[in-house]
Amino acid sequence: MGEKREIQLTVNGRSVVREVEVRWTLVDFLRHELELTGTHVGCEHGVCGACTVLLDGRSARSCLTLAVQADGCEITTIEGLSPAEGLNPLQQAFADNHGLQCGYCTPGVLCTLTEFLEMEPDPSEAEIRIALSGNLCRCTGYQGIVDAALAYVEARKTGAA
Amino acid sequence: MSWVGSSVSRVEDSALLAGRGRFIDDFHLPGMLHAAVVRSPFAHARVGKIDCCEALKLPGVHAVLTHADLPQPFRDERLLLLVPNPAIRHPVTNYALARDEVCFAGEAVAFVVADDRYAAEDAAERVMVDYEPLPSASDCRAALAPDAATAHVGRADNIAAEFPMAYGDVDGAFAGAAHVIKESFFTHRGGGHAMECRGIVAAHDPVADSMTLWSNTQAPHMLRNVYARMMGVSEGQVRVIAPPDVGGGFGPKGMYYQEQFCAAAAARQLGRPVKWIEDRRENFIATFQERDQYWDVEIAVDEDGKLRGVRGSLIHDSGAYLPWGIITPFISATTVPGPYVLPAYEMNLSVVFTNKVATTPVRGAGRPQAAFVMERLMDRVALDLALDPAEVRRRNFVQSEQMPYPVGLVFRDGSPVVYDSGDYPRCQEKSLELADYDNFRARQTVARAEGRYIGLGLGSYVEGTGLGPFEGVKVKIEMSGEVAVQTGAAPQGQGHQTMLAQIVADRLGVKPGDVSVTPGDTAGVGIGIGTFASRITANAGPSAQMAANTVREKLVKAASHLLEAAEEDLDLADGRVFVKGVPDHGKSFAEIASFANGMPGFALPGGVIPGLEETAYFTPERSTYANGAHVAEVEVDIETGAVTILRYSTAHDCGTMVNPKMVEGQVMGGVAHGVGNALYEWMHYDDDAQPQTVNFGEYLIPMATDVPRVEQVHIESPTPLNPLGVKGAGEGGTIPALAAIAGAVEDALAPFGVRVTQTPMTPPYILSLLDAARKSGARRG
Repeated sequence: MGEKREIQLTVNGRSVVREVEVRWTLVDFLRHELELTGTHVGCEHGVCGACTVLLDGRSARSCLTLAVQADGCEITTIEGLSPAEGLNPLQQAFADNHGLQCGYCTPGVLCTLTEFLEMEPDPSEAEIRIALSGNLCRCTGYQGIVDAALAYVEARKTGAA
Repeated sequence: MSWVGSSVSRVEDSALLAGRGRFIDDFHLPGMLHAAVVRSPFAHARVGKIDCCEALKLPGVHAVLTHADLPQPFRDERLLLLVPNPAIRHPVTNYALARDEVCFAGEAVAFVVADDRYAAEDAAERVMVDYEPLPSASDCRAALAPDAATAHVGRADNIAAEFPMAYGDVDGAFAGAAHVIKESFFTHRGGGHAMECRGIVAAHDPVADSMTLWSNTQAPHMLRNVYARMMGVSEGQVRVIAPPDVGGGFGPKGMYYQEQFCAAAAARQLGRPVKWIEDRRENFIATFQERDQYWDVEIAVDEDGKLRGVRGSLIHDSGAYLPWGIITPFISATTVPGPYVLPAYEMNLSVVFTNKVATTPVRGAGRPQAAFVMERLMDRVALDLALDPAEVRRRNFVQSEQMPYPVGLVFRDGSPVVYDSGDYPRCQEKSLELADYDNFRARQTVARAEGRYIGLGLGSYVEGTGLGPFEGVKVKIEMSGEVAVQTGAAPQGQGHQTMLAQIVADRLGVKPGDVSVTPGDTAGVGIGIGTFASRITANAGPSAQMAANTVREKLVKAASHLLEAAEEDLDLADGRVFVKGVPDHGKSFAEIASFANGMPGFALPGGVIPGLEETAYFTPERSTYANGAHVAEVEVDIETGAVTILRYSTAHDCGTMVNPKMVEGQVMGGVAHGVGNALYEWMHYDDDAQPQTVNFGEYLIPMATDVPRVEQVHIESPTPLNPLGVKGAGEGGTIPALAAIAGAVEDALAPFGVRVTQTPMTPPYILSLLDAARKSGARRG
């Protein structure tokens, strides 16, 4: 308790300098200090993936990362993935394929898939499911999520996304 | 065209996808404080002195509430039991904070309020509670023994309720039976495990002495009513708002809990808003669970496999308290007959207290267990009579021409169980077609030749849905012309806003996206019930239609004055009322709303009703019964005991579908929950009733790699019980999944002659079955 340190990082393209308690998790910092509430807390022990953000471009559990560990890093949250108006093509694929119900796990899922689909131009359904296996969803049974990812990949191949 | 029946895009999605959802923990009110809860580490103990001194010394700590600090009547009275039943012998619920006894590990003992959650957690660690541990009741069967430790001090035994459910000549059915098959079954504890845990923000207004509670509850009105009744204040002094977005419910969020009352008490005492957000470990130990049931049953059949009767006993683990009465075991017992003509039935229920967190409905609400028991029995009949499992079911289905079909039981809503519509034989046929049932044995033969153990299982069910008494909907044309809908019904991801928008859009000639739906606010609609029992579409849906119809009449009446045209000559489209065939001769909703709201001091023309709004409450006369059939095809690895689902096919009938895509989503998600119950989810307590699986590493919910693609076909047998013909769809995916997967596992392991009698079918369980079969020399393959 108590000890504070100044950190400097880039969040969604914006430079941020803040004094933080060294024990604060990154997700608490993002949600409660920066008011970026799109990133959600699901389990606080790194299993459910709801808090997934991109840290220097790689997906990371913001509940298992301390805010001070993000010093000097570049963070992208769901707010940073979203255009000012409307939806990006992957988000649109989710809307079109009923890829969400309550939407609580969705920001983490989108961060995971954003990284994965950048690395994998043409993944199979099985590969998509493995990529998603670190993101728990209790509503959809995953099928809408998988279909959204497949539809996005298909659209991207044909230049529609 | 009609919006109802069309898979329109959900109005909820854009905000959620862009990270602009508004969930309970996204709120921040000025001056808000944060709470952490001190919980009992013991399953059963006397609570002695509670020393808060060290906690209060920490900077940033504002209060530590214990039982003695609660306002009356919370010191003298336990939380209300809303659904009493004469069969309940000991109607006991929690206190808002434990008084002198804790009855499960996780029960709230003190409520710490501080500047932030970190400080609150620090202080919670420093609250010193003197406990005197007491013997505890863990297993509900052992808890029935005469010398068992009692879950509550001062009680002679652990029986919460005992009652029979029966009809027909059971003794006669068994006396004359060609075959009687006896079996014992066990379905294990599981939870809802919504990805968002519970949470509350309480704010007290000292001027009006009014309380606002934002809570991700499934039942805002119920929470309001309980709080108002207990506090002795008027309902108008309490407003409960479910946030616009709630991260899953699945039953447990429909209940009210200790922390909601603690947060309200703290906010009142401190004069500042107080937020409490449950963490995942708390969710595992303090949020209500379900499913622990032991069944000893027997089934009597004729020579040709026709059912004569089912009888037996059911032991239901209620946990430490009865917050929702005995609803769950009641539903279990009434669901057993399922889609079959069952002439005689008797089930003797024992509801048993244990020192575990209480059990209340979780998706399926007692029905998955019942379907598991009945479908396992049907499979045993097929096996013993050497009949095809589908054929045994075929011979026993209630036929569509028998509708309405009275089962002979009284449902939990007090009305007789009467199946209202459906074609059960056709539903099974459709599921079999989808599963390529006819060629399965050939697939199995090929697989076995390769040393692979694949199997197929069936699960049919009938589900009481759409329980009353009502769920209100208010439809209003704002002065701006916007169509605004309010309902007490609180969604948790089902898409209620879209569903209601579709129904209203049809009546008012607008697009669903033009309808703004605000659910879950007790200030929006005066009275309400809650989201559970797959009831919202069948209750709020018809209410929305009724309210929209009336608003349509008001629009037309007012417009006829403005347009100087007869009402029957007017039509609605695109947010306007116009003369048929002359679209330019019309008025916008905004113009009509302005007219119908009048001018200060001027009289309204005769016949024009003030305003363009209506609140309607559709009241179904009884529950409507949805049904479905599932087929699971699995492979069992006999070395590891792991089960892989190869194929999963469902036929589902929830009457008229308002939005087929959303219905498919409900079924798919329901199956995934059932897969969890069937294979993975095991809420384990040790012999001292200590919870042992308290995170997602220990308690496994299905991942994307565990849940199969589900092929679906839908049959629509509209119910005559509401004007839309709709039935509930939220739970049917879960109900038969345990049974279908169990049947498939047993079929896969048929060469070993194993009998699957429990869920979850974890790898150790399957290996134990194989070991036992090998040891007993039962190998037939």
